[in-house]
Amino acid sequence: MNLEGLREIVSQVLPDVHVFIGYAQGFDPLHATPLFVRTPEDINKLIWNPLCVHNLTTYLPFQKKKVGIVVKGCDSRTIIQFMQEGLIDREKIVIVGLPCRGVISVTKVLKAINYEQINSLTCEGETSVTVITSHGEHRFSIEDVAPDKCKTCQYPTPLVYDYLADDPITSDKPPDAVYKDIHEFEQKPLEERWEYWKKELDRCIRCYACRNACPLCVCQDSCIAETRDPHWITQKLTIQEKFMFHMIHSLHLAGRCVECGECERVCPMGIPVSTMKKKINAEIKKLFNYVPGTQPGEKPPMYIFNVEEKNIEEHKL
Amino acid sequence: MAEIGFIPKDRLRDFLETVNKTIPVYVPCCEGDVVLFRRYAVDNVLCLDRPAHTPPKTIIFPQSECLFTFRFEKDPHDPKKTTIQLAEPEEPSEAIIFAARPCDAKGFTIYDRVYIDTDMPDPYYKKRREKTTIVTMVCPSPSPGCFCTAVGGSPANREGADVMMTELENGYVLESLTEKGKALLLYQYVEDGQAFREAAEAKQLEVKNLVHAPFQKEGVYNISKTIFNSDEFWETEIDKCISCGACTYLCPTCYCFNITDEHAITRGERLRNWDACMFFHFTLEASGHNPRPTKYQRFKNRVGHKFLYYPEKYDGVIACCGCGRCIRHCPVSVDIREIVAHLQSSTSDVSNTSEKEKKGD
Repeated sequence: MNLEGLREIVSQVLPDVHVFIGYAQGFDPLHATPLFVRTPEDINKLIWNPLCVHNLTTYLPFQKKKVGIVVKGCDSRTIIQFMQEGLIDREKIVIVGLPCRGVISVTKVLKAINYEQINSLTCEGETSVTVITSHGEHRFSIEDVAPDKCKTCQYPTPLVYDYLADDPITSDKPPDAVYKDIHEFEQKPLEERWEYWKKELDRCIRCYACRNACPLCVCQDSCIAETRDPHWITQKLTIQEKFMFHMIHSLHLAGRCVECGECERVCPMGIPVSTMKKKINAEIKKLFNYVPGTQPGEKPPMYIFNVEEKNIEEHKL
Repeated sequence: MAEIGFIPKDRLRDFLETVNKTIPVYVPCCEGDVVLFRRYAVDNVLCLDRPAHTPPKTIIFPQSECLFTFRFEKDPHDPKKTTIQLAEPEEPSEAIIFAARPCDAKGFTIYDRVYIDTDMPDPYYKKRREKTTIVTMVCPSPSPGCFCTAVGGSPANREGADVMMTELENGYVLESLTEKGKALLLYQYVEDGQAFREAAEAKQLEVKNLVHAPFQKEGVYNISKTIFNSDEFWETEIDKCISCGACTYLCPTCYCFNITDEHAITRGERLRNWDACMFFHFTLEASGHNPRPTKYQRFKNRVGHKFLYYPEKYDGVIACCGCGRCIRHCPVSVDIREIVAHLQSSTSDVSNTSEKEKKGD
């Protein structure tokens, strides 16, 4: 975790960009927050540690001027996907890569400290955090409190960057573990899965945090969930409407979702919404052997049409 | 003189069970890692030690509410003639909100000024509000991001509550604050609580000093209108906002709504749903014009509504209860306390940051 190195790179980059997007300490010891660096003084507010959970690339498609940005390995896949879809001008983005050994899940830490009041938090390098609460001290290895995506991370080092703030890291996680949770979940009887989703989605308050945090949800103000004309989905708060919205969100991300997990991280109701997107990606992998946001030269499968698809049999019936 | 009752800890579920048989009781329950107000049931897991993720506002002001249903009918002898039948929804039933936080209850007082204490009360809200008894629990410890003391509240604030409950080691002391509250104390399992009055008062005093105030309430009146009306200020202040509705939908004082007719062929209903000033559609006009097309202008409205416009209209009352949900659950940790504090700083701060930001786009 080379913070000094990062700050030095940002000092070099800053005069050349309109704004540089990084992380700062948030409102309490457990939260980081996105920081838009405009002045050299702001550079001192930059942090880089396992609290830096956000995928900042979500801000990129809206930037009209040249910007700098820090990306972790997982976040960097979004940039590749953006490039493939023509959503950004690569020339107008300066990317500072941050090799990463995993971040924390705020939800998991809060649960692990039994929701005690946090007085301070210290990150010991990249491997552990110590939290001092009103009731005592808790020490965790990052692995124990990391979001699930970190546990199967294949790309700890960014796949695209102009500067790399630290030495590259190679993944030690088996590639076939990525969709293990999805395959396990699919083994459950249909009835059980149906009950599970009904219960989970019942909590949805249609705040659209999942949609707005998603860097690849690009319909923005014209989202089907809210348009009044045409009025595709009713504003009623029924389970059907909630399902409809989440299914559309998932399908719009078929072969595009880079599995950054932001949709699930930001959900104030703790709904495991990224499971749906992972399921679709698992299918895309099976059908097209395609992993979104990893090959800048390739076209995403939903952007092309082949008369003969190697792994799709239906049309031959 | 408030009447005082006491429920021993091991009798709490018996009490809730008994009340719930006659009036629906909504209690904070754990669902996975989330705490929500749910209708009491024997198998739900009560969670009183941390505030619920969602405030109880939905019980009185539902996120989606049917105002009436309609049905078009054609005259079988003359199909050109159509009549419309309207039907009112069912009357709301009585309800009890149990163990809300004092900030949650204060939220309802913010709505009351707008929906009840006016020449044109909102009948839907008014009926539910009158039929609901609110039992608050003195907040035992602050949660990340909460700041009730800075906006005129406190962990033992009584505003909006019918009964205030204080947790002691062996049970709960219940003080009735209204007639509705007194009625609740008549239920079985509520013992006489006079003996615990002093202990409860001591606890209330103790918790009052726990919440950190990022700005004094008086400071809110010093909001600089020059800064507030500067576009540059908002453009740099909330760059990071992703414009979702988490802050508004989790807010105990946000009361904006939208009305839509949801119909298919011959029948349908008129719905009232919560709206959020964070959304593009919030002020989108039928002409296609949107007076607040950017997130900056919309966020300005959110802060302005709570800290400027509402206080100006209602004798300086701030339309924020300081529960901290918008901070705790914000996907990118936008901190409204910080924004309000910046609105009070000197104007020179703004011009410094805005120089580079002056953009023509």
